[in-house]
Amino acid sequence: MKLTLKIWRQKNAQDKGAMVDYQIDGIEPDMSFLEMLDVFNEDLMSKGGEPVAFDHDCREGICGMCSLYINGEAHGPDRGVTTCQLHMRMFKDGDTITIEPFRAAAFPVVKDLVVNRSAFDRIQHAGGFISVNTSGNTIDANTIPINKQDADDAFDAATCIGCGACVATCKNSSAMLFVAAKVSQYALLPQGKIEATDRVLNMVHQMDAEGFGNCTNTGACEVECPKGISLENIARMNREYMSASMKG
Amino acid sequence: MALDSKIPNGPISDKWTDYKDHINLVNPANKRNLDVIVVGTGLAGGSAAATLAELGYNVKAFCFQDSPRRAHSIAAQGGINAAKNYQGDGDSVFRLFYDTVKGGDYRAREANVHRLAEVSTSIIDQCVAQGVPLAREYGGLLDNRSFGGALVSRTFYARGQTGQQLLLGAYSAMNRQIGRGKIKMHNRHEMLDIVIVNGKARGIIARNLITGEIERHSAHAVVIASGGYGNVFFLSTNAMGSNATAAWKIHKKGAYFANPCYTQIHPTCIPVSGDHQSKLTLMSESLRNDGRIWVPAKIEDAVAIREGKKKAIDLSEAERDYYLERRYPAFGNLVPRDVASRAAKERCDAGYGVNKTGEAVYLDFAAAIQRYGKEQAFLKGIDANDKEAVTKLGTEVVKNKYGNLFQMYYKIVDEDPYTSPMMIYPAVHYTMGGTWVDYNLMTTIPGCFSIGESNFSDHGANRLGASALMQGLADGYFVLPYTIGDYLSPDIKMGPISTDSPEFAAAEKGVKDQIEKFMNNNGTHSVDYFHRKLGKIMWDKVGMARNAQGLNEAITEISALREEFYKDVKVPGTDKGFNQELEKATRVADFLELGELFAKDALHRNESCGGHFREEYQTEDGEAKRDDVNFAYVAAWEYKGKPSDAVLHKEDLVFDTVKLVQRNYK
Amino acid sequence: MAKSALLKSSIAKKVAMALSGLFLMLFLAQHFFINMTSVFSPDTFNSISHFMGNNPLVQFVIQPILIVGVIFHFIMGFVLDFKNRSARPIAYAKNNGAANSSWASRNMIISGSVILAFLGLHFYDFWVPEMVYKYVAFNPLDETRYFHELAEKFESPLRTALYCISFVLLSLHLKHGFSSSFQSVGFNNKYSKGLKNFGLAFAFVIPFGFIFIALFHHFNH
Repeated sequence: MKLTLKIWRQKNAQDKGAMVDYQIDGIEPDMSFLEMLDVFNEDLMSKGGEPVAFDHDCREGICGMCSLYINGEAHGPDRGVTTCQLHMRMFKDGDTITIEPFRAAAFPVVKDLVVNRSAFDRIQHAGGFISVNTSGNTIDANTIPINKQDADDAFDAATCIGCGACVATCKNSSAMLFVAAKVSQYALLPQGKIEATDRVLNMVHQMDAEGFGNCTNTGACEVECPKGISLENIARMNREYMSASMKG
Repeated sequence: MALDSKIPNGPISDKWTDYKDHINLVNPANKRNLDVIVVGTGLAGGSAAATLAELGYNVKAFCFQDSPRRAHSIAAQGGINAAKNYQGDGDSVFRLFYDTVKGGDYRAREANVHRLAEVSTSIIDQCVAQGVPLAREYGGLLDNRSFGGALVSRTFYARGQTGQQLLLGAYSAMNRQIGRGKIKMHNRHEMLDIVIVNGKARGIIARNLITGEIERHSAHAVVIASGGYGNVFFLSTNAMGSNATAAWKIHKKGAYFANPCYTQIHPTCIPVSGDHQSKLTLMSESLRNDGRIWVPAKIEDAVAIREGKKKAIDLSEAERDYYLERRYPAFGNLVPRDVASRAAKERCDAGYGVNKTGEAVYLDFAAAIQRYGKEQAFLKGIDANDKEAVTKLGTEVVKNKYGNLFQMYYKIVDEDPYTSPMMIYPAVHYTMGGTWVDYNLMTTIPGCFSIGESNFSDHGANRLGASALMQGLADGYFVLPYTIGDYLSPDIKMGPISTDSPEFAAAEKGVKDQIEKFMNNNGTHSVDYFHRKLGKIMWDKVGMARNAQGLNEAITEISALREEFYKDVKVPGTDKGFNQELEKATRVADFLELGELFAKDALHRNESCGGHFREEYQTEDGEAKRDDVNFAYVAAWEYKGKPSDAVLHKEDLVFDTVKLVQRNYK
Repeated sequence: MAKSALLKSSIAKKVAMALSGLFLMLFLAQHFFINMTSVFSPDTFNSISHFMGNNPLVQFVIQPILIVGVIFHFIMGFVLDFKNRSARPIAYAKNNGAANSSWASRNMIISGSVILAFLGLHFYDFWVPEMVYKYVAFNPLDETRYFHELAEKFESPLRTALYCISFVLLSLHLKHGFSSSFQSVGFNNKYSKGLKNFGLAFAFVIPFGFIFIALFHHFNH
């Protein structure tokens, strides 16, 4: 396959950055998108250029490190996958592929396609936990039976990999799906209910402070989420938040 | 220096309890005067950092990823073992201990393994309390599945994402402490050296991967939890960033490196598709619960399949060779990983492999789909002979159990595993070897601890499935927090450690010199070029089957490659900012040394055990042949300037409780 | 958390948007049913209009609430849109929004602005003259004037066309707004699918019903 790549290049956080066009040949359909970028970078380096920086780690769709806005979509055109699981068979010979970093005021660019997502960490610091000491002196795990449906729903929410595709794809750069997934996971479990009020208030407060936009229910996040986290979680968080506000 | 494993005296089942009762403690008011550095934030590092902070120590945690949540523990799929005996199938602490020692082919320390089995039950309690959504049955209680090498169901799981859920649990515990200011988190930092002051580990030199700044960080103790070194093979199931640098740097400063040749080749990975391949993807071992492994019985069929003239589903039952069930009737498809991997290699080497490269076997779910479908049909009162309905119901069950794995397979291979069998082949997955540690998990550098995959301790020569998560969390939550107190108790009045000492300056200079050398090297080949070459040598000559000639060649070739690397590697860009090529260069430099020691260790161990298979040492039917008389020891290597000069120290393994026999899964 | 923080929170704003939107939809529905009577029975239309125009409860309680609701919904809409835009200072060079969301959901600010412009025209046409008639000029009560005032306005093809276009945009606004309001107030469960379908029907029937009324009067008088 022969492709034209339009890639965002930016030396560092202070640099202004611009889109740059490149050509690449010899791409095979069985390559993953990131392997295509590996080949591209090797080629670029052999010509004396500086490789394009992009985040990646596990390359099996679970660490949430890879990002990339490909042809106008977070993690590219395939569904239910991260960029590292996107394969070149999704593209045709001669295609032009536009590759940009995830864009949001809360996700500043570090270099080229690499962004800083520590805003997500800070939201978690504000309440993404159950305050239990790691002593091991807790009650036996089977003491609290949990309804299978609740356990499954909590699990569905817990599968979030924190990649930030929801923010990147949302026209408002809203982090609601991410935050709602965590709030939901704990709100659904008896262990998490005890701190539910403070948790949702603190996490939403931090989310707002980080400069994410507001949710307008376009549903784009749910579609682009590689783990298929449902909008139901956002509705649940809205309920949790309002009832917490009444109590708080 | 003689190795002292500091194993406590007394009966094996009392050792840990007794030991805990008598070690020195640090009172809560003094803990806040003590700093601890934790490098790595996977299950071991994350749980250790959270627990130490909770106890009151000031923790400085480091990870090279952009968030602690991304450590590669997250990719563990199948499950975590614990001797809860919730299924009432005869499990106990002793059985878990016994299975683990046997599974490790009798090359692990009994006392450590017993302790691991003891604390395994607390891990499950802890994780459930933290809100980890482990799988449950309809009655609301926790579910279990069985895993390779065990005859009981003791594996707890969270669909195919157990590692993710456990890591997010540890991450949430960290978050709580970060929020309280007890953990100072350093994301996107890589440890490039350890600092030793007056013979004790007192800090690290780290590179800020965003600004490129070289930073000094001090502490009263340093904990290495940086994972394994599987990426020495270039292609492995490890993450792209997984590296051995922290572990190797402490080795070069005095920590012995134990059993580097014990590497696990996992039997169920997606086969290599071409030269562009950057990493391999694991398909959880849990799939072997329901999947049957086979190759064509006739070589003509295998050839026809490779040439695309036949398909797997064209072959009748009689034309298939379920070779694991044939060779190991007792354990069948659930033999331990090393056994399953070698059996796959044996069939493929004999010409029965099924994909284009001839390096793949089938993992087939058709039988499981029918079995589950019939169960469901019975429950729902549907005719069990209605094949279509049964297949549909069975597919649903399989989807519920392994949906995410099947989807992952489909996305990578572009073939539907519900209708045609998966193709799998072994790949490097885990390293049982690592820094040598004593019973306290301390390395041979006082004050430098090593936990999780980065140490060598609990899995012997082969790790059983669902034991890595158990060990990581056991070390971090329940072992290190006790033993580190014993070490730190004399330091309570010491006050903060200065980073202005000559030792810090010297270590920093060493790091800066290395980086400067890379930046000014002006070579012609990229880092990956060398890494791929190293990987090929390792896979071909130090892989699933090894022999003396190949190992000798590997040692020579790796050493030559290392020289070429330093002469000819090219690192573009600047060191004063984000530079992924530079990151890779510092990591591969260490792999190029480690790989040689790995081969040297494999060459010296004239026996086959667990993941280490020497072709010269096998039984008549091709099973691993151990030599307990000469090799029942831990090989701990001391660094002496070059891998070839490394000095061997032996820690004899004493088996008081378990009787050494040939592992038998037949 | 202090109560003042609640009012600033993104979720509270969003819930307020939803509640005001739901209220406006309710108003729209009753407005529609009243207008529809003008097609079938000018007398019924006149008498309901007279009631609405002169009942003190409607005039001095409900009407101010409605006006506040309208103003709030618009101002908040613009405020949120401004804030949301600033959450992404550098736009994508290529963005394929159609791949994951509807045009209507992404462009509420456009459909909303058109509706606002329309409201200006509508107020100029009906509400302002009505207020002037009753509270400035103090004209005498006339129970039969409403139908003629209505029919008269739809003589102009331009005005009729403007009304029709606005209603199409209103339809798009409702298409997203209806189900979105329920999601915002936390209603997402097994009934949501049915509710969404009802919302789609609502978003079609009401605006196109208004268009029908406008065209009916345009071509019949």
